[in-house]
Amino acid sequence: MKRVNVIQPKAILKVIAILVPLLLNVNGHAFAASGQSSDVPTNSAPAAVAPAVAVPAAEAPEGEEKAGDVIMHHILDNNVFAFEPFGSVTLPKIVVGGFDISITKHVVMLWLVSALLLTVFSVVGGQYKNLTPRNAPKGLANAMEALVEFIRFDVAKSNIGHGYEKHLPYLLTVFFFILFCNLLGLVPYGATATGNVNVTLTLSIFTFFVTQIAAFKAHGVKGYLQHLTAGTHWSLWIIMVPIEIIGQFTKPFALTIRLFANMTAGHIIILSLIFISFILKSYIVAVAVSVPFAIFIDLLELFVAFLQAFVFTMLSALFIGLATAHEGHDESAAGAAHH
Amino acid sequence: MLTSGIILLAGSLLSPNPGLIFWTAITFVIVLLILKKIAWGPILNALEEREKGIQSSIDRAHQAKDESEAILRKNKELLAKADAESDRIIREGKEFAEKLRADIAEKSQAEAQKMIASAKDEIDQEKRRALAELRNEVADLAVRGAEKIIKSNLDADTQKRIVDTMIQDLSTNRN
Repeated sequence: MKRVNVIQPKAILKVIAILVPLLLNVNGHAFAASGQSSDVPTNSAPAAVAPAVAVPAAEAPEGEEKAGDVIMHHILDNNVFAFEPFGSVTLPKIVVGGFDISITKHVVMLWLVSALLLTVFSVVGGQYKNLTPRNAPKGLANAMEALVEFIRFDVAKSNIGHGYEKHLPYLLTVFFFILFCNLLGLVPYGATATGNVNVTLTLSIFTFFVTQIAAFKAHGVKGYLQHLTAGTHWSLWIIMVPIEIIGQFTKPFALTIRLFANMTAGHIIILSLIFISFILKSYIVAVAVSVPFAIFIDLLELFVAFLQAFVFTMLSALFIGLATAHEGHDESAAGAAHH
Repeated sequence: MLTSGIILLAGSLLSPNPGLIFWTAITFVIVLLILKKIAWGPILNALEEREKGIQSSIDRAHQAKDESEAILRKNKELLAKADAESDRIIREGKEFAEKLRADIAEKSQAEAQKMIASAKDEIDQEKRRALAELRNEVADLAVRGAEKIIKSNLDADTQKRIVDTMIQDLSTNRN
């Protein structure tokens, strides 16, 4: 957090340093150019994201549509990994047995995240292999340990309780996977894989399966079916059983939508703020509104990246805990009755 | 406004993509398996070990504290006992010394008394012997002197006078 505070004024200064000369020199010319170009529809090149590379010659009636297209282009998955203005890489299209499993932008991001995760944690894991309980971890291992310990203790142990160790690898992986996806989405030219509903859906399905398997293991088939009746009178089962079954599916659905919507919304807000200046064709708006607000939202996104990774992991742990906790409760009640 | 409307209407935001689901699943499972092996195992083990180590250190510290307290108590008891013992020994020693002193003084006094008595006896004896010796000596001297006097003064007149006085004495005594 402290580092963020240090960077913010610096970033603003840099942006102002770039924009002030442009404002002073080009503004009049730009307005003149835009006035001319409103008559002559030209320039179909895709508008760049950065305001410094703005092409003020975009035509007025198509400006909004263009902004929407660019935003959608940025948010959505596609086959092209664009490095504007340096060009782009077209990713291969693979179709196996009628299924389109082509490598898209988000798949590449997932792989980048995986590579990063594996690199970071092979280093950290290697450090821990040589670590005796007598000496403390340092550097990267220390930083990761804080997060790991947080997930282990505050997320897994406090929500799942007994037998939380079994689910720890899944929770830790999901946390760091989502976290790294979110953070890489904030890097220039990066794309947010977790802003794609398919990715979040897949992760939620994993949580769903983990939860269901944990429930089956904890209760057995009979206990699991009993759990579906929610302990009500048999005459209410016709209502309760469908509700409970729907409840099983709402949880992962909520996880899916929460993560996807949060990550997408943040990016749409940032892009929209940037595009305000293009739509209004004003450097003043760019300096006064777009850039400061975009930076603010960007910092907010940095926080949201951590928050959403935490929320996903936390809710996964909570669902697992809910699915397994009843057994222990019943057991203790039965034990108390026996005694 | 229009922008957001277009985004919503685009629809492709929520469109399913089996390929991406497939790749996500594959990637996630592989990452999960590899990380479980290379990272979570060692890290969690290390954390657990450290936790156990800390717990055992705390336990050991508590145990050590209890032990040291017990030892301290025992030491205090021992010290108190030793104090009492030393007091007793000193007291006994004092008493013994007192008794010994008294005994020795008494004995030495008796001894002195005895010695004085024996010395007196001896002195008496010596005195008596000396007196006896002196008496013998004096008697010898007197006899010898008398012998000499008698030898030098014995003549007829004197003898006659002496006999006369004796006879006179005798006669006055008879009367």
